[in-house]
Amino acid sequence: MTVSAAPRRKLRFHIRPIAAICLAVVLFWAAIALFAPLLVHYPVGDMVSYDYFGPMSKEYWLGTDYLGRDIYSRLIVGARYTIGIAFVGLILAALIGITLGLFAAAFGGLFDTILSRAIDTFVGIPNLLLALVIVAGGGSSIPILVFAITIIFFPGCYRFTRSMAINVNALDFIAAARARGEGHFYVMIHEILPNIVGPIMADLGLRFVHIILLLSGLSFLGLGVQPPFADWGAMVRENMIGISYGSPAVVVPSLALASLALAINLLIDNLPQRIRDQLE
Amino acid sequence: MTIHSKTVGETLVKVEDLKVTATTDSGRKIEILKGVSFDVRRGEVLALIGESGSGKTTIALSLLAYARSGCHFSGGRVLLNGKDLMTLSEKERQKLRGNTVSYVPQSAAASFNPSKKIMDQVVEVAEIHGILDKAAARQKAIGLFRSLSLPSPDTIGDRYPHQVSGGQLQRLAAAMALIGDPELVVFDEPTTALDVTTQIEVLKAFKSAILDRGMTGVYVSHDLAVVAQISDRIIVLKDGEVQEAGETEQIVGAPAHPYTQALISAFEPVEAEPAGSRPASSAVLEMRDVVAGYGNVKSDGKPHIVAVDGVSLTLQRGHSLGVIGESGCGKSTLLRVAAGLLPAASGDCVLDGRPLRPQVDARGKDELRKMQIVFQLADTALNPAQTVGNIIGRPLTFYHGMKGEARDSRVIELLDMVRMPAQFRHRLPRELSGGQRQRVNLARALAAKPDVLLCDEITSALDTVVAAKVLELLKELQRELQLSYLFVSHDIHTVQSLCDEVMVMFGGRKLETFAAADLHAEARHPYTKLLASSLPTLDPTWLDNLKQDPELVRKFAHA
Repeated sequence: MTVSAAPRRKLRFHIRPIAAICLAVVLFWAAIALFAPLLVHYPVGDMVSYDYFGPMSKEYWLGTDYLGRDIYSRLIVGARYTIGIAFVGLILAALIGITLGLFAAAFGGLFDTILSRAIDTFVGIPNLLLALVIVAGGGSSIPILVFAITIIFFPGCYRFTRSMAINVNALDFIAAARARGEGHFYVMIHEILPNIVGPIMADLGLRFVHIILLLSGLSFLGLGVQPPFADWGAMVRENMIGISYGSPAVVVPSLALASLALAINLLIDNLPQRIRDQLE
Repeated sequence: MTIHSKTVGETLVKVEDLKVTATTDSGRKIEILKGVSFDVRRGEVLALIGESGSGKTTIALSLLAYARSGCHFSGGRVLLNGKDLMTLSEKERQKLRGNTVSYVPQSAAASFNPSKKIMDQVVEVAEIHGILDKAAARQKAIGLFRSLSLPSPDTIGDRYPHQVSGGQLQRLAAAMALIGDPELVVFDEPTTALDVTTQIEVLKAFKSAILDRGMTGVYVSHDLAVVAQISDRIIVLKDGEVQEAGETEQIVGAPAHPYTQALISAFEPVEAEPAGSRPASSAVLEMRDVVAGYGNVKSDGKPHIVAVDGVSLTLQRGHSLGVIGESGCGKSTLLRVAAGLLPAASGDCVLDGRPLRPQVDARGKDELRKMQIVFQLADTALNPAQTVGNIIGRPLTFYHGMKGEARDSRVIELLDMVRMPAQFRHRLPRELSGGQRQRVNLARALAAKPDVLLCDEITSALDTVVAAKVLELLKELQRELQLSYLFVSHDIHTVQSLCDEVMVMFGGRKLETFAAADLHAEARHPYTKLLASSLPTLDPTWLDNLKQDPELVRKFAHA
């Protein structure tokens, strides 16, 4: 008997134009963050011009800030901080949240009740307040920021995963697997997870936007990335007075922030129908 | 018979070359109706019959000038009283619906608003169209309730939908459709979701209402026997095309088209082998005084809601035991108890002479292997994210430690066993038809090399012809592999054609067990007789000649 190879599966997704544009924007910022050191013109902290709040020019593409530093270079390195910290925080939060969510759905019963109520207590504290407390306690450093994001965002991931997983857990193929004698871990990884991974990815995308906004909020309050380095939120704050001079220094990081947040949101709103169906 | 004395008048509806096209998410166009033409004359009931996906509901909805979302009319005409419905504006269509043409849905339970009283919903149609004022509409509704033989017609309208039974709700939905004195009533599988004993009551009510009012109707169903009772003419559909059209007697008695012949022959029950032809060898599965249910266990040792109450059964090796009963009788719960998915509150389950633990977690791998459960809905019983090869291969790895090439070639053998080509192992469940999914479902259970298969209504969701093929397959597998089936079903025909023994359940209790061939014997329990006599036959006069003890019906039927 000849055993034929599996045919390659075509992804039959119908991609909408707006989703393609948004994906391009997201990938653009991701590439900028990845290759930042190759793209900068001047060291981030260096005061390169005597002209503060300078206009866009050949030398300084996006103008200069309140200390005469190059906005272009700071924006690119800022992308690294904003996207990098948010991304690492998201991954950690997702790992913890998804794992616990699957556990809660697969084991159910008392375990689920206790875990869910315990995690609900985190949800009761406002995000920014919790972040302020953590940063106030631990000092502002990148690990502390990542830690704060993880703590703040894993309950949401947990609840989302749990609710999706509980729906799948009630289907007959799970009963079939349990009747076969499969353990909880097999059911979690092989039976439940593949069926909820699409919606979870979409949910994580939205959470990423929230993280970026929270991070920028912290930086705006001066509790985020510390000078001379700056993420986008910090750049907006330090150049705030520039707005009355018509300087690009405050507009550019705001636009960067808005473009990324908007692109991710629109991308998720326009995901292929197949993933959206699972979401609803 | 009264139906033929009806005066059949001029043509009311004329459907000409109707085409409906659906557009999928990826932009692909599928033709659901490929040019269907037929007439409905005034005063007759026309039945549309076919398998799922044959386009029968699409046709029915087009008579209301309605296409489901994603579908659109792509050609042809639907003439009602000479007016083309396709050319009407949305406003004119709204005027038509409920007024000139009305609709009785398949699931009345899903069609009633649970937070409004029934009467308000029934008279709503008349109010919207301004046909009657409120008091007159109420009077008329009560008259309709009476003619549909609903209990306490004067007050039933003051109840909420959850306070009446499923059969009553279905008749109330018919009253809702009739209140505007429509010229055409479209019935969309109105009795499919009902139990057989309830179905009789509803069918009788529908039939007498149709005769009294000289109604013109289009009756959509997949059940030829039901249709034979109620319709004057039948149109047989398949894949959006008319296969055969004719008088009911001709279609049922002397079908001309091969597809209709296949439908009819799939319907006729295969006579069971006479009892005792296969001697009982030894018991493979025994259940003794099993009590199971849901909710916390009360002080008397029984669960809060008892679903199975002290049931005992014995399944002989190589035999099939059919468990029949109506919805809610505890038959599926019994299977879940046997599989260990719902631990019994008390009682024993003995497999091969060795007692089993109640919970699935506490049972040994080999004990689990010997008994496999097959679920009713293959759509949800197969993981949509796994290929057929992985679905069937998992029990091979899990129970027999098979890997790689050996596993793959065994998967191909198993697919072959359920009459499917080897290439199908690369497909996902959504790329299979309903019958194919059920075969994969079966192949997964067979992969474990079980002794006992627990089958939970496995042919109920399938079309008649497909179900007959699956039953045939089950019989062959039993002969080849010496399997024993515990076969749960609500359909006596199915159980009779497959099983050696039949057990009847009612309200969580076992009523009796007997050899399948003795179903019609005198000594049967009255409820068994009621069940057997409630099953429609292809004889168009069956419903009119049916005599059932009203006392018995009141006691056992949920109508």
